[in-house]
Amino acid sequence: MNAPLPVSLAPAADAAAAAEPLVSLHGAAVHFGRTTALAGVDLTLRRGQRLALIGSNGSGKTTLLRLLHGLLPPSRGQRTLHRLAAEGRPPRMAMLFQRPFLMQLSVQRNLRLGLWLAGVPAAERAARSDEALHRVGLHDQAQRPAAALSGGQQQRLALARAWALRPDILFLDEPTASLDPAAKHEVESLVETLGRDGVTVVMSTHNLGQAKRLATHVAYLEAGRLVVQAPTDAFFGSTLPPAAAHFLRGENPWL
Amino acid sequence: MADSLALALQLITQADAQLLGIVALSLRVSLSACAVGALAGLALGAWLAVARFPGHQLLVWAVNTLLALPSVVVGLLVYLLLSRSGPLGSWGILFTPTAMVIAQSILVVPLIAALSRRLVADALAQGGDQLRSLGAGPLTAALLMLLHERLAVLTVLLTAFGRAVAEVGAVMIVGGNIAGVTRVMTTAIALETSKGDLPLALALGIVLLGVVGVIHGVIALLPMRDRGLREALA
Repeated sequence: MNAPLPVSLAPAADAAAAAEPLVSLHGAAVHFGRTTALAGVDLTLRRGQRLALIGSNGSGKTTLLRLLHGLLPPSRGQRTLHRLAAEGRPPRMAMLFQRPFLMQLSVQRNLRLGLWLAGVPAAERAARSDEALHRVGLHDQAQRPAAALSGGQQQRLALARAWALRPDILFLDEPTASLDPAAKHEVESLVETLGRDGVTVVMSTHNLGQAKRLATHVAYLEAGRLVVQAPTDAFFGSTLPPAAAHFLRGENPWL
Repeated sequence: MADSLALALQLITQADAQLLGIVALSLRVSLSACAVGALAGLALGAWLAVARFPGHQLLVWAVNTLLALPSVVVGLLVYLLLSRSGPLGSWGILFTPTAMVIAQSILVVPLIAALSRRLVADALAQGGDQLRSLGAGPLTAALLMLLHERLAVLTVLLTAFGRAVAEVGAVMIVGGNIAGVTRVMTTAIALETSKGDLPLALALGIVLLGVVGVIHGVIALLPMRDRGLREALA
């Protein structure tokens, strides 16, 4: 299957193009039975990027996130995880899902379990989980059952769990889709802070304002194909291919 | 009939020693069988939820089929294994409570495995990616889901205990219904009824019904999110 090459806008102005690659996809495709969820995707995620994946429902955003993270193998093509040049190890990755999955345990135990799974030594777990809970403002809720938290608090706990792992890459799958404006703002602020701390962020979103605010790069997907990838300013300021322009008009009529 | 019932109630209220001995052995055998069955069944269920190999579907089908395993068939198989001429005859445990525990364990393992496999598979569909993202391997994720769904797991174990304590065929064959040694509630009821000693049979029947009733009461009171499973077990 020959996929059309994605349009790359203003690549010369893309400073991140020179940054070190973390994950690369070459002609990657994902099939679920007879359904093609992704086809012919070429994408290189570079250190320090904050990449927003946009596209309508079913366009392949979540599949692309799972593929980049390694939760899903490519049916065709190749995914390469590069070692970090300075650290000499593969990048640590964490993912925040649209609906956070929390164990039926206390807030604190959820965090410590995450650290245990990631192989963090026992001596460090308590300090790191406390630090993460302070960071998201849940330290006074440490002993409460995670299930008793509000939706926004659960998402913050999930973010704390991801942050406590000190990831080099954070994947977020529509992290604020089901949150009220205040909780949405809190989660956005935390993501922004993580980005400023040098964490590479890949986020799928339907919220174009969020993509503009948080992302350094935007990739537009349609029917499993990566149609456009560009720095954020170039994406929103240029003449886009008709499909992407139509999507933006449909999603955000005031643009 | 009324006299028998009155005598039966008297046996219960006066805590008759023979009655208590039979009830205690029943509970000991069935609880031990459930403990063994829980270890094997939960591990098998968790593994089946994540393992993928040629024949996996066949194995799942077999475990599901064995849910309806007749207890007399289990009794017969264990008898053949443990009888003097059987491969494990040298153990010399036929007609002992240990043989009864083995038989009831075999009876409840498919039940626990099949129900826990479904529980774990459903839970993994919701949170499996999250656990894998955190670094959990497939089996670790499956075992963690048993912890996550511990109330539902408890329901499965209570159901298994209900099945074990109420079965008669397996313990009759491998236990031999020896008074004071291997006589449990169900085998005693069968024997006393055939002998015409209705008061003891009725008293044991009431206690057995009470045990099963308490189990289902506990299941109904458990705050379980999986309503489908609770309704299936009720």
